[in-house]
Amino acid sequence: MTETQIYAELTDVFRDVLGNDAIVLRPDTTAADVDGWDSHAHVTLVVATEMRFGIRFRTAELEGLHNVSDFVRLIEQKRSAA
Amino acid sequence: MEQLRWLPSHPDLSSAIKAARGQTDPERRLCDAIALTGYRRDFIATEKLDRLIADCPTARAGSELPALMHLQPARLAVLSSHTVDHLVPGMRVAGLGRRLALDITVTPYGLYRAVLAERDAELAAFAPDFILLALDSHEMAFDLAIDASEAEVARAVQERVADLARLWRAARSLYGAQVIQQTFLPAAPPLFGSLERVVPASPSALAERLNDALRDAARSENVLLFDLDLHGRHLLSGQALADPVRWHQAKQLVSPIAAPVHGDLVARLLAAALGLSRKCLVMDLDNTLWGGVVGDDGVEGIRLGQGDALGEAFLAIQGYVALLGRRGVVLAICSKNDPRIAEAAFSDHPEMVLHRQDIACFMANWDDKATNLRRIAQDLSLGLDSLVFLDDNPAERDIVRRELPVVAVPELPEDVADYPVCLSEAGYFEAATFTRDDAGRAQSYRAKAAHHEALAQTTDMEGYLRGLSMTLVASEIRPVDLPRAAQLINKSNQFNLTTRRYTETELEEMIADPGTIAMCFRLHDKFADHGLISVVIARPDPEWEEQALLIDTWLMSCRVLGRQVEAAAVEALAAAAARRGIRWLIGEYRPTPRNALVADHYGKLGFEPQHPPAEGGNAVRFWRHAIGDTPIPAHVIKLKALQ
Repeated sequence: MTETQIYAELTDVFRDVLGNDAIVLRPDTTAADVDGWDSHAHVTLVVATEMRFGIRFRTAELEGLHNVSDFVRLIEQKRSAA
Repeated sequence: MEQLRWLPSHPDLSSAIKAARGQTDPERRLCDAIALTGYRRDFIATEKLDRLIADCPTARAGSELPALMHLQPARLAVLSSHTVDHLVPGMRVAGLGRRLALDITVTPYGLYRAVLAERDAELAAFAPDFILLALDSHEMAFDLAIDASEAEVARAVQERVADLARLWRAARSLYGAQVIQQTFLPAAPPLFGSLERVVPASPSALAERLNDALRDAARSENVLLFDLDLHGRHLLSGQALADPVRWHQAKQLVSPIAAPVHGDLVARLLAAALGLSRKCLVMDLDNTLWGGVVGDDGVEGIRLGQGDALGEAFLAIQGYVALLGRRGVVLAICSKNDPRIAEAAFSDHPEMVLHRQDIACFMANWDDKATNLRRIAQDLSLGLDSLVFLDDNPAERDIVRRELPVVAVPELPEDVADYPVCLSEAGYFEAATFTRDDAGRAQSYRAKAAHHEALAQTTDMEGYLRGLSMTLVASEIRPVDLPRAAQLINKSNQFNLTTRRYTETELEEMIADPGTIAMCFRLHDKFADHGLISVVIARPDPEWEEQALLIDTWLMSCRVLGRQVEAAAVEALAAAAARRGIRWLIGEYRPTPRNALVADHYGKLGFEPQHPPAEGGNAVRFWRHAIGDTPIPAHVIKLKALQ
């Protein structure tokens, strides 16, 4: 899975969860940039991302999910390890 | 995690939701959303469906939308010791699937004790119908050593339950809501293995003992249980209801992934408490209750019985259905078959678990199933929305879903061995109470169908009713009658003049008022004892004269419709009122989407139309009966009054 594919899939997850088809994700996008990305939605985003990519974030990794590139980097790592 | 497995999969749910989002009319959008709740969904689709109805004024006061959609509005307040916000969309969406328009509020977690210590203005203004107390074992931590004795554990459990019972009473007295207590999940995984629950203070043993004690307390306090512990074990087949990562991350006891099934479990419980559970299981025969086609293979050729794996699997589904019948679910057959051959399987096959007399209505013919389901509903005087239809054939299921969307049609697993679990998981027959009368209900419906059959053969209605030798036993509602009376009050929808719901406690308080006449009626005839089938409550009301009683509640089980019970009941009521020097009875009809049946109830009983006391202007209508002057309609029922 290329980085571009991961961004495309992840964008789809964010649009699905937040109900907003206008969302465009950039590496430095954070919760502050996206309407509705609050602490409740954050948990949902984490779980939805896990489901979509067939991975699981470890508790230790959750604190480090600040921006979109944090998501992408971990997804890449976990998918290549699998 | 595959959940809601009894619902069919939608070929493209995402696009369907997107299309529904394009509907600008909220009414149409709600309509589409209701239809889409009939399909299997994960938690993301569930949240999307919830956003679809976000601006539909569903359960908000004054909205007419729920009634238009045949939804019952209900307000639920969740008081919890952990995060539940992520579960709210699941409850709301599942509610639509269970014919509820839910308005839900969540008290900030951990504050449940504060809002139960004194009246919280915001919660009081919300006026919850139900308060769900969702607590976890972390919150109810026991201060016990792991080697605590049996007696110490018993004492600690007792203290916890007493504490909870105080919270229940506070919830009831502060907000007038029906309380629902969630059962506890163990605070930690097993420490000992198989010895776990032998050790009194192990985490699992503590949760189990607390839950056991809760069950008894809930029964005596008239509190409903939301048995998360039971569902965690059975419904989710051991899959993650709870996820420790989510607990540490966000204090979520239930994982977001489980939100759709969790929401459905809550919704079905509320639906049951409001009388919206299904009542009748209609079954196909060939390859549903036995293997093979009886018309082709003959009675001796069908697969059913011991010594054959498939034959045993069919025994198991029949056994499960028979148990449902014994707990009061009405059973019916709807099969494309020669009626004589189909009946012969019941009478002649030695291994049939279900017998002909277990089946209230037997519809075997060559007509289409939708037509037959309509006939069954009519013969049993049940709404189509009370039926569940079980058929192994996907094509038949599909047609029925299309023709009769209000009939519940579970998507059956491919293997008949999985049918009982599927039927159980679907929760169509969720019950809020269980009384002895429920157990006798099947018999009564059988009599009802026999009554219809006999009616079809006779035009002499009067003669037929006379031949039933009916006796109506009228009495004041006594303590022993309370559970069943409260159950009828809370679930009767069609034959219900005012649809006022009272909890057992409220009912008890009303009865205690010496000015009130609260009666219940039992009917038996030569076919069956129908049990307690009607409740009538008349009380003084400041809007009316001192010597008048307003009939606050009059309801009757629909299984005794068309029997002249109403006439005998008004005779009993008028007699009881006359003994107290009452001169007038005031009848009241409050229309709901489901009680058009009784719009002219009082007119038919000879009451005179009456102007409303105040400038009402709404749809409530009143009638007057002058005791001694207004004639009592003739009836053929023997009336027996218990003093």
